[in-house]
Amino acid sequence: MASSDEAIMEKLGDIFIDVFDDDEIALTLETTASDVDGWDSLTHIRLMLTVERAFGAKFSATEIGKLKNIGDLVALIRQHGG
Amino acid sequence: MSAEIYSELRWLPKAPEDFRKRCEAAAASDTPGSSLRLLAGHGLDENQLTRLARTLAKLRTEARDLSPLAPLKLGIVSNSTSDFLIPTIVASGLRHGLAIECVAGHYDQVVQSALDPSSDINRAGCDAVLIAVDLHGLPLSLADLGNAEAATAQVEKAVGYIQSIAQGFRTHGKAASLVQTLARPPELLFGNMERTVPGSIAWLVDHFNRRLAETLAKGDLLLDVAGMAETVGLANWLDPTLWNLAKVPFSGNYLPFYGDQVGRLLGALRGKSRRTLIMDLDNTLWHGVIGDDGLKGIVIGQGDATGEAHLELQQGAMALRERGVVLAVSSKNDDDVARGPFRDHPDMLLREEHLAVFQANWNDKATNIAAISKELSLGIDAMTFIDDNPFERNFVRESLPTVAVPELPEDPALYARTLFAGGYFEALAFSDEDRGRADFYRDNARRLELQEQAGDLEGYLRSLEMEITFQPFEPVGRARIAQLIGKSNQFNLTTRRYTEAQVEAMENDPDLFTLQVRLKDRFSDNGMISVIIGRKTGEDWEIDTWLMSCRVLGRRVENAVLREVIDIARSKGARKLIGRYIPTERNGMVRDHYEKLDFTPVSTLESGESAWEIPTDYDVTIPIPMSVVRLG
Repeated sequence: MASSDEAIMEKLGDIFIDVFDDDEIALTLETTASDVDGWDSLTHIRLMLTVERAFGAKFSATEIGKLKNIGDLVALIRQHGG
Repeated sequence: MSAEIYSELRWLPKAPEDFRKRCEAAAASDTPGSSLRLLAGHGLDENQLTRLARTLAKLRTEARDLSPLAPLKLGIVSNSTSDFLIPTIVASGLRHGLAIECVAGHYDQVVQSALDPSSDINRAGCDAVLIAVDLHGLPLSLADLGNAEAATAQVEKAVGYIQSIAQGFRTHGKAASLVQTLARPPELLFGNMERTVPGSIAWLVDHFNRRLAETLAKGDLLLDVAGMAETVGLANWLDPTLWNLAKVPFSGNYLPFYGDQVGRLLGALRGKSRRTLIMDLDNTLWHGVIGDDGLKGIVIGQGDATGEAHLELQQGAMALRERGVVLAVSSKNDDDVARGPFRDHPDMLLREEHLAVFQANWNDKATNIAAISKELSLGIDAMTFIDDNPFERNFVRESLPTVAVPELPEDPALYARTLFAGGYFEALAFSDEDRGRADFYRDNARRLELQEQAGDLEGYLRSLEMEITFQPFEPVGRARIAQLIGKSNQFNLTTRRYTEAQVEAMENDPDLFTLQVRLKDRFSDNGMISVIIGRKTGEDWEIDTWLMSCRVLGRRVENAVLREVIDIARSKGARKLIGRYIPTERNGMVRDHYEKLDFTPVSTLESGESAWEIPTDYDVTIPIPMSVVRLG
């Protein structure tokens, strides 16, 4: 059952707090990696693993490579039935 | 999917909801080392492990005292990305009493790190180095398919490669090495005949793993990645996407598992492996409660699914004993009742001679475990305690935080698996001394006198958030009421047996008051645990039946029930409440029940039967840490 974008964003918000150890991160659909402190390639992997587990999804390398911002991530999650 | 036991570390209690706050609190506490160790003792995911590792790093930069954690410097070299391995290893090390500091080698500079005396790792004074090299990083190829001689030479060359790296760290870095066995990819080029073809991947990996173990240098340790991968499934272990994306050597789901394995091994290096297994009896080593069900009622093996599950746990315990692990018993039972199955049940595998200590009494288990530890001259942190009852597990965890207490699932069929999954008995060697240790302790299951109490029972009871529910007899509870009336033997004041039809008749009898009592707490719902029947006799009320499940002894349930029964009797106009004790072979434990509750003795017969009374204006003053719910 697909959730609304708001529900996905809320869950992503919790995930970001967990992965980045930061309560202050405010996500919008336009947020990119350069907007968030500590979002490097390693944290990106950790983020993808956590998102996959939280939404019961598995992303391909291509799909991950195409992500430009949070909006893309939300769309990808929705595509995988999240 | 049963691989979740390993990905979620299910032998550990679940992570607390407020984990982040607890990390901050641990860092701010007076003994951050102990606090972090306690926090690490939960089933944490890699984000939580990362946070924990970060907390430790911060404490280190602040030069805080981390005792009693043992410091250990671990170098890590790998042909793959080791960044994810570091936080999981550091945080998992906390669980095993270690404050690990990692020194990472440069990416894919494995040989250089080892052979150059001035490499970062060799100059860092590491205690050990993890050589995390996988199949991708070894000179193994499909060049010698079908050629046994050439394939064997390939394997020798690959093993030699690893051993020379280990040799480098030993010589130049004065460090022991952790060498890894290889996980093979699930794909088999030759299908079912793969293992018959020398030089195939499966053939090469099998032979490499065997030769690696055979040529392990003294002082080096084997990290069995092949074993981990096989346990969770090769298809689960390797994640091609993750490798292609970032050269991460195995699926992120198993980072906590891998970290714990390294933690165990390094813990063993520092002498922190467990040496003793202390076992509960009822519903742990057999199905049933010996005090209530008797020898004929408990089930061990015998072709019964649940009985077989418990027997499997006994087999596991016996196997551990063969390895040199000392076995002991801690059970809440009368001593002679508890020893019955060991002496007389034909299907028991464990007998008294296999146990060093046998503690069966009504004292709390923390005190008993402390006594066992002292008697065996093995530290409290060498004890492992297995018990099906979450109340007991959590009490021991809180009273004796360094005792390992595996969390057990609902299904007893998984008890043995969960115990072994916990890896409490990791070892570095197996000697004749180990083999003979069991006999050294073969002191015929001695029974110890208990001295000092260990653990704060009052505080624990308050923390349980117990809820007791009182309800008169009614149709829904009838079957269970009749069952308890029929099978309770130990905590049963008068042992009056009523049929279900008679119980039904009681539901509407105006000369009776009846209570079915249920108990719930933070950890579990115990269901119906006590039954009371009160009967009008003249102006007073007499307690015809008072029985309780022994599982909830020591929790003030008796006092809560007394308070309720006194209130009911008073509301019905009674001036006195009368209690009677009718002795049987099995209910000796409640001979002093009414005396303990402040009843006055009225009479005692030669048979041992006694009558007691208490005025209905009596105030129960003992603290009863539970909330009360009344139904019907």
